[in-house]
Amino acid sequence: MSSDTHPGGAPAGTAERDSEPIKAIPVRHWGQWVSAAVVLALAAALVYSVATNDNLQWSVVGDNITEESVLRGLWVTIRLTVLSMVLGIALGIVVAVMRLSSNKVLGTVSWFYIWLFRGTPVLVQLLLWFNLGLFFPTIGLGSLNADANDLIKPFIAALLALALNEAAYMAEVVRAGVLAVDPGQAEASHALGMTKGQTMRRIVLPQAMRVVIPPTGNETITMLKTTSLVLVVGAGDLLTRTSAIAAREFTTIEMLMVASFWYLVLTSIASYGQYHLERRFARGSAGTLPHSLGQRTLANLRPGRVHGDAR
Amino acid sequence: MTTHMVKAENVHKSFGHVDVLKGIDLQVAPKDVLCLVGPSGSGKSTFLRCINHLEKVDAGRLYVDGQLVGYRQAGDKLHELRQKEVAAHRRDIGMVFQRFNLFGHMTALQNVMEAPLRVRRESKAVARDRAEKLLDRVGLGTKSGSYPAQLSGGQQQRVAIARALAMEPKLMLFDEPTSALDPELVGEVLDVMRDLATSGMTMIVVTHEMGFAREVGDALVFMDDGMVVEAGHPRDVLANPQHARTKAFLSKVL
Repeated sequence: MSSDTHPGGAPAGTAERDSEPIKAIPVRHWGQWVSAAVVLALAAALVYSVATNDNLQWSVVGDNITEESVLRGLWVTIRLTVLSMVLGIALGIVVAVMRLSSNKVLGTVSWFYIWLFRGTPVLVQLLLWFNLGLFFPTIGLGSLNADANDLIKPFIAALLALALNEAAYMAEVVRAGVLAVDPGQAEASHALGMTKGQTMRRIVLPQAMRVVIPPTGNETITMLKTTSLVLVVGAGDLLTRTSAIAAREFTTIEMLMVASFWYLVLTSIASYGQYHLERRFARGSAGTLPHSLGQRTLANLRPGRVHGDAR
Repeated sequence: MTTHMVKAENVHKSFGHVDVLKGIDLQVAPKDVLCLVGPSGSGKSTFLRCINHLEKVDAGRLYVDGQLVGYRQAGDKLHELRQKEVAAHRRDIGMVFQRFNLFGHMTALQNVMEAPLRVRRESKAVARDRAEKLLDRVGLGTKSGSYPAQLSGGQQQRVAIARALAMEPKLMLFDEPTSALDPELVGEVLDVMRDLATSGMTMIVVTHEMGFAREVGDALVFMDDGMVVEAGHPRDVLANPQHARTKAFLSKVL
């Protein structure tokens, strides 16, 4: 706005006195060019040795990538990830609010929850839920009873284990976000006569979102990969299906390649989504926006620039 | 005895081992403007925050419009009020903070509408109508769609005043409302406060603006070290301080 108006006192004729743009020779980073060449050569050698390996039948990989049971497994992995993240985030917010509450009972219960579910491996929790029938043969209240083995199917066991475990981590993420909001916000809300619940829902949690979003993206990407653990209870996810084919056809490495391919596709999509979500929530606030991997790579390829300095 | 809007009787407050208020006695009549002045750390802000129970009084009694703050008296026993009852009391007391504390995720208009919508359960149309009028009144009718980060400090503080007024309070508390502002923005906020005082609002103002105190204040209380050192009409106290500590303080700020 003010760039086209000269500050007062500028000598007349300044506009005509063109200052010559500096044409300097930029510092050359020869070391980077050399190391780039070395890295490229090594990468090429690795790709060549994998691509031409006689023990790896690429045609098997290609045939199985869109095989029907693999795609069904992929769908189970996606459903498991989405459902456990949705449940985990919802329960995590509840646990975080309990943890921050002045009510000592709620605070202790949530502390214990986080201690328990974060303190034991998710694989152990998965096996415990799957084998629930061994120590709770029936589940229910009063006359409403069900056989645990009928109720806890592999998919349900997997979902319970992943969601309850995730809630413990999400609770800590949300708690950090809430603590990052200026206490003056809650004070102003209280001074207006809003209750603690209203203050949390309307004022504090919405502003905690910006801090909470990036780690939640990381949690989602981690969850995509953690779902592969449900192989041990045979919940029918991507890795369960590819492993079954591998055992039948003796194509272990080929099927692991298939699984890796799909996991990479899923995590790439999730990273892309996280990048855009972060940009959206960073709007209106000071600070630089994160660059996508693509932007960074392009920027690094331009001569004379270092470390994704895209401007 | 309910002729006072605010009445403090021997109010004490300590944080841990530090006694911040050591027996405050004062009264504010309806429609009066009381200016609280004194060096930092003298307990002015803490006293202000006791009035709407953001801080809990440790000893003594504090009344707003005849009602005991934070407690209910039954016989000679005091019962702490429930969170919801405290919230209900605060509806009638507006507060303006040094750091504005506007809700960062809401526009100016949404900031002003929020409490009437949630606390008084007003309809959107009614709340919006009053919010627009209040923003007009503080000279920000054209900024209703702006977020706090897009406003200057002075504009933010004026929105904060409008936000407090939206609850139609009977008492307004100002905690150093101009201390965080660039010097050239102080005037616009003081203008709004002067206008508010003229309209008959009861106000307690913690301030270092002696000019404002002299011109607008009906009473001035000088506090130091958790006690009221001197009180009187602003013109008298400022022109002719009686106590040595008041003299020493005023000689530095005037």
